[in-house]
Amino acid sequence: MMNVVKIATAGSVDDGKSTLIGRLLYDTNSLTEDKIDAIQKSSLKKGYDYLDFSLATDGLVAEREQGITIDVAHIYFSTRSRSYIIADTPGHVEYTRNMVTGASTSQVAIVLIDARKGVVEQTYRHFFINNLLRIKNVIVAINKMDLVDFSEQVYLDIKVQFEKLNSKSTYEEQQLHFIPVSALHGDNIAIKSERMPWYEGKPLLYHLEQLELTDVNDQGEARFPVQQVIRPKTAEFHDFRGYAGKVYGGSLEVGDEVAVLPTGTRSRIKDIYFYDQSFKRASSGNSVTLTLEDNINIARGDMLVRPNELPKVERAIEATICWMDNKPLTAGSKYILRHNTNQVLSKIELIRNVIATDYSGSEPASSLHLNQIGETSLKLSKPIYFDPYSSNKTNGAFILIDPQTNATSGVGFIH
Amino acid sequence: MATIRANTISTKSLPNLTANDLEHEAIYIFREVAAQFENPVLLFSGGKDSITLVRLAQKAFYPAKIPFPLLHIDTGHNFKETIAFRDKLVADLGINLIVRYVQDSIDQGKVLEEQGKYASRNSLQTTTLLDAIEEFKFDACIGGARRDEEKARAKERIFSVRDDFGQWDEKNQRPEVFDMLNGHIDLGQNVRVFPISNWTELDVWSYIEKEKIEIPSLYFAHKRSTFIRDGLIWTAEDEVVFRSEDEAVQERWVRFRTVGDMSCTAAVESTADSIEKVVAEIRDSRISERGARIDDKRSEAAMEKRKQQGYF
Repeated sequence: MMNVVKIATAGSVDDGKSTLIGRLLYDTNSLTEDKIDAIQKSSLKKGYDYLDFSLATDGLVAEREQGITIDVAHIYFSTRSRSYIIADTPGHVEYTRNMVTGASTSQVAIVLIDARKGVVEQTYRHFFINNLLRIKNVIVAINKMDLVDFSEQVYLDIKVQFEKLNSKSTYEEQQLHFIPVSALHGDNIAIKSERMPWYEGKPLLYHLEQLELTDVNDQGEARFPVQQVIRPKTAEFHDFRGYAGKVYGGSLEVGDEVAVLPTGTRSRIKDIYFYDQSFKRASSGNSVTLTLEDNINIARGDMLVRPNELPKVERAIEATICWMDNKPLTAGSKYILRHNTNQVLSKIELIRNVIATDYSGSEPASSLHLNQIGETSLKLSKPIYFDPYSSNKTNGAFILIDPQTNATSGVGFIH
Repeated sequence: MATIRANTISTKSLPNLTANDLEHEAIYIFREVAAQFENPVLLFSGGKDSITLVRLAQKAFYPAKIPFPLLHIDTGHNFKETIAFRDKLVADLGINLIVRYVQDSIDQGKVLEEQGKYASRNSLQTTTLLDAIEEFKFDACIGGARRDEEKARAKERIFSVRDDFGQWDEKNQRPEVFDMLNGHIDLGQNVRVFPISNWTELDVWSYIEKEKIEIPSLYFAHKRSTFIRDGLIWTAEDEVVFRSEDEAVQERWVRFRTVGDMSCTAAVESTADSIEKVVAEIRDSRISERGARIDDKRSEAAMEKRKQQGYF
C-alpha cells in the first residue's frame, strides 16, 4: 500500500503525452466525478466532440494559457495492486533539467513516439536521460497507431530505428518494452487492442503492474548516511544515543561490525529501531534509528558501512554534471556540494566537454550552460564517501548549491 | 506511548522497500527538517493530514519528543470537536502548542471579514500565518498538503521556498533530485515543508487505519442538522455558516472529509461510522476531497492565486 511506483514521462503536447496520461487515469478509474465533469465542460467549451483527456493533467495557469507543461507535475493513479505517481515533464531541450529531476526518482520511464513521425530528436534526448540516470525499465509507447491504420510495418520500422539508438546506450541492463498504442481511443493502454492482432505483447498497464521493483543495487553494499543524532535526554532514556538515517543499497543487521566514516572508527550495531519497535535487520529504503555498542562521536554527514565494503573516500572526483542554473558553470567556480547528508565545499577544476543529448558525441567546452550536460573534475574541501553512480545511485549522486543564491544549481553523477 | 524494551533481542526484520515507500520517505523528510533548520514549526489544523504528520514526526524522533512546537492558525470557525481533540493530543505529546487567531488580525484591521453568503475566513488565515512566522522567526513550516489535492499543488516541491512576503514563485522552484533536499535560505525567507506530498487521500486514510491513529469524530458518520446549497451539504448547527430563510434544515447522516474552516467545509452523506468503513468508502468514492471545499471552486486558478499570496 505504501509502496509507490514512480513513472517518468516526457514529451511535448503534440505527441499525445497528456492524452496518454489522461487515458491511464480514466481507464484505472482514477479520475473523480468532479474531474470528469471539469473535463467535459472544458472539452465542450473548446468545441471538441470527444473527451479531451489531456485536460486532466494540465497544471498551472500559465500552462493552460500557453497549452504547454512547464515543470515537473505529479499525477496519481492506482490499481488494485499498485499505486503510481507519474512525474511528467516537457520534452524540449530547454527542459532537460526537469527531465533529469523527474527521472531521478523514477523506476520506469515511458518514452512516447508519434507513429507518424517515428524516432525524432526529442526521442534521442529522452532516451539519453534514461540511460544517464540508469532507469531500469523503459517502455517505448508508439502512439497514434490509429492514424497509421494500425500498421504493423510502421511499428516494426520504428522498433528498428529505436534498436539502433539503443546500441549507443551505455546502460546494458536496461530493459526495453515496445508497445503500439492509441491513447485517444484506449488501444493497448489498459486492455489489449483488437485492432492490432499482430501485436503479441501485453498492454501498457500490464507492463506497469508486472514491473520488478527492487533495484539490483539494493542487494549490494549497505550505506547509512547519518541524518541526525537522537538524544532524548529524559530520565527514561538518559543514555540513549541513536543515529537516525535511511539505509541504502543493502541491508544492515544487529551485530554487524560497522566503520564510521570519515574517522574509520569501528563498532557493532547494538539495536535497530523503527519507532518503538526493535528489529533484527533493516533493508534498503528503511528510515531507522541505530544504536552502537560503543560510545563514539558521530555527527550528521558521517556514514556507517561494513568495514569490508568501504566506499571510495576521496577529495577529488570525476563527475557528469547536468546544469540547472541560469548562471553558467565555469572552471574555478565554487559551490556547496551536498552528497547524501554530507556537505562540503567544492571547486570546479575542469570542464571537459558538453555531451550532446542526441548521441552525436561531445565537444570540448569551458562552461556548462542551463540544461547542458558535461564531464567535469571537482576538488573538495573535505573527502566524501561515495560509490560510482553506476553501482549505487544515492551514494553516487550529488547536488551543487550556489552559496550566493542558495539555488540548487546542478546535479552530478560520480564516475 | 510505548517504551523501548532494552536488551530484548528481536527476531523481526524490516521489510524490503522500494525507494519510494511513503512512510519512510516522510520520516526521512522530518529528520532533514530537524537537521537543516534552526526553528521549525508544524502547522496543525486538527485535520487528518496534520494528525498523520504528528504520528510520522513521533516516529522520526522517538524516543525523543518531537523537537518543534505545533502552530494552529485558528479561524474562529472551527468545529468544537477539532479544538477538543487538538488540546488532548498536545497534552499527550508533551509538546508546545502555539495558537494565533484570525479574529486578532481582523481586530487589528489587517484583514477584512468577507461578506455575503459565501463569506469564509479561509483566505484570511494567510495574514495571521505570516504574522506568526515573523513573530516567532520560524524558518521552516511543516504542513500536510498533498500533491493529489489540487492542480497547483501538483507542482509544489517538498521544500518550498517562500520569500519575506510568504510568496510562492512557481516558475523559479528548486529542482529536487533523488532525495536530496536543499534547505539553504536567506534570512527572512522560510521554507514550507510537505512530508506527505506524495500521499493520496486514500494513502492517508489507510495509514490512519493501519496505525490506529485517533482522529476527530467529525470524520465518522453522525446525525447532524444540515441544509443544501449548490448541491453541497452544510452544517446548520452553528451560526458561522450563513443560511438564508429558504434553505431548509434537515437532519442527515453525514461525515466530513476535511475539517477545516466550518464556513467553507461541506459534509458528505455517509453511513461510514468506523475507520474501516471510511477507508472502504474513500476507495469507492468518485468525488475528490477538495470538491467539497467551496474556496477552491471560486475559480479554476483559485488555489494557485492564493498560494502566490502566501497561503499555505
